[in-house]
Amino acid sequence: MQKNKYAFILYSILAIYAVFTLFPFLWALSGSFKTYKEITSGSLNLIPDNPTLLTYIKLITVDGNFPRWIFNSFFIGIVGTFINVMFNTMAGYALARLRFRGRDFVLNVILVSIMVPGQVLLIPNYLIVQWFGLMNSYAAVLLPAAVNATYIYMMRQFFINFPKEVEEAASIDGLGRIGIFFRIAMPLAKPAIATQAVFIFMGFWNTFLQPKLYLQDPQLYTLTVGIQTMMSRYGGITQWEEVLAASVISMIPILIIYIILNKKFIQSVRMDGEK
Amino acid sequence: MHNKKEAIQGLTFITPAIIILGIFVFASIAFSIYISFHKVNLFTGETTFVGLENYIRIFSDSKSKISFLNTITFVAVVVPIQTFLSLVIASVLNAKIRGRLQFRIIYFLPTLTSSAALTMIFMFLFSLTGPVNQIALSIGLLKEPINFLQNAKFALQVIMAMNIWSTIPFFMSIYLAGLQEIPETLYESAKVDGASTSQQFFKITVPMLKPITAFVVLMGIVGTFQMFDQAFIFSGGSGGPENSTLTVALLIYRNAFGQNNTMGYAAALAITLALLIFVVSSIARRINKSESVY
Repeated sequence: MQKNKYAFILYSILAIYAVFTLFPFLWALSGSFKTYKEITSGSLNLIPDNPTLLTYIKLITVDGNFPRWIFNSFFIGIVGTFINVMFNTMAGYALARLRFRGRDFVLNVILVSIMVPGQVLLIPNYLIVQWFGLMNSYAAVLLPAAVNATYIYMMRQFFINFPKEVEEAASIDGLGRIGIFFRIAMPLAKPAIATQAVFIFMGFWNTFLQPKLYLQDPQLYTLTVGIQTMMSRYGGITQWEEVLAASVISMIPILIIYIILNKKFIQSVRMDGEK
Repeated sequence: MHNKKEAIQGLTFITPAIIILGIFVFASIAFSIYISFHKVNLFTGETTFVGLENYIRIFSDSKSKISFLNTITFVAVVVPIQTFLSLVIASVLNAKIRGRLQFRIIYFLPTLTSSAALTMIFMFLFSLTGPVNQIALSIGLLKEPINFLQNAKFALQVIMAMNIWSTIPFFMSIYLAGLQEIPETLYESAKVDGASTSQQFFKITVPMLKPITAFVVLMGIVGTFQMFDQAFIFSGGSGGPENSTLTVALLIYRNAFGQNNTMGYAAALAITLALLIFVVSSIARRINKSESVY
């Protein structure tokens, strides 16, 4: 009896918090299927009176830039993830497996860089991007974020804990270092690379400040920046149904990845006991 | 001979990382310090040495005072609440009950969403005709709707609520990992001794999780001090209404890229913010260490 009461309290807390978590998402979803009139009427119906896909259709077909923003976000996300995975994995491998002078120093320097607040780097990065002549290009967003110190460290930890024997055997078989890295080390590191890739893609997809700063041409906006500009494009009157539909669309790719890999997400936040 | 080859390979593999971090982190730190002692004209590219002028200006600028006050308020409210709630929800989730994985999948959703989309959605929720106002009206909590978005008294609070809501899942996951490290036998012997659930929570769970709490608080401090996206999107970059959402990070952005000639001042603000984060995190770390003596 006592136990039932206890379970009831626990479930109540969990359920209340679940409602709390879902509340904004459900209203966003609901609003995206409503008309502007229905949204602003202040009615509290979560299910729209006359659900309509019109807003979505308008965004995709009539709005000149919106499809382009989706493309830009995908382009930056995919290219940025690819570059990061290559460079981070190479660096992590070198720090774990290859002996060279100054290796410990380099590792420490990389760890220190994790702790530098972004605001300090904002202005110099902007000026450097400008000097390189990259302003208003994808490269402006990609280049400063081409490596990620956190994931370099993660890959180093991965390779350090990994048995050396397989690589040594390959080396005896006459495979060179580059061959070992691409044909042996990278495939072995697949789980760590997948985790890294998911979080880096999500980082690029959701980032706001850098694209806002570097991309002035509306054609080049990413979804996050585009959505933000939608807020005020009709002279102060916010078309909530458009903004909400755009927000919903911006969540879909990450949500799909999450549905496929949710266990990986939850566990990789830290090595979770629940495997 | 073989070692030399390995060293060259190692350096080759790490070169991209060294170049990128060298330019965009380490050279940039030095460059940022340099700029903070200069006046920069963005159009002519001319820089003039002005000594400490930019730093002195931080103390005389009324906007900087407001922004530091807003930021510190934000940190002081958000960090304790998000830490406490993350711990509570993680503890409940850690109880061996059915369906907890499903709950975790739901709880994690805010972490996946961009700050841009989240801010938009929250602005809608708190808008004049939005659900928050309507629900408060219908249950009699409010007599007339509040324009949360344009009201200087509430704007920062809305951002606080949003920030707490969206960061809890991440910290909750960290706590969950920590909770699973606590040996079950501790609870079992406490139960034998007749300890209640709340006693177990405060006498076992909370002390055992102290290193995790230190980490969560530290991450919280570092994150909240740099809050930018939400304030920028919420106010359309202005920090309004009436500067109520003007954070230090937003003030840096406005001075660096908004007007002319204040880039040096923005750099000085950025360096000051970094030092402030460093000092506050060191204090937090020290408090945590000294407490464990008792």
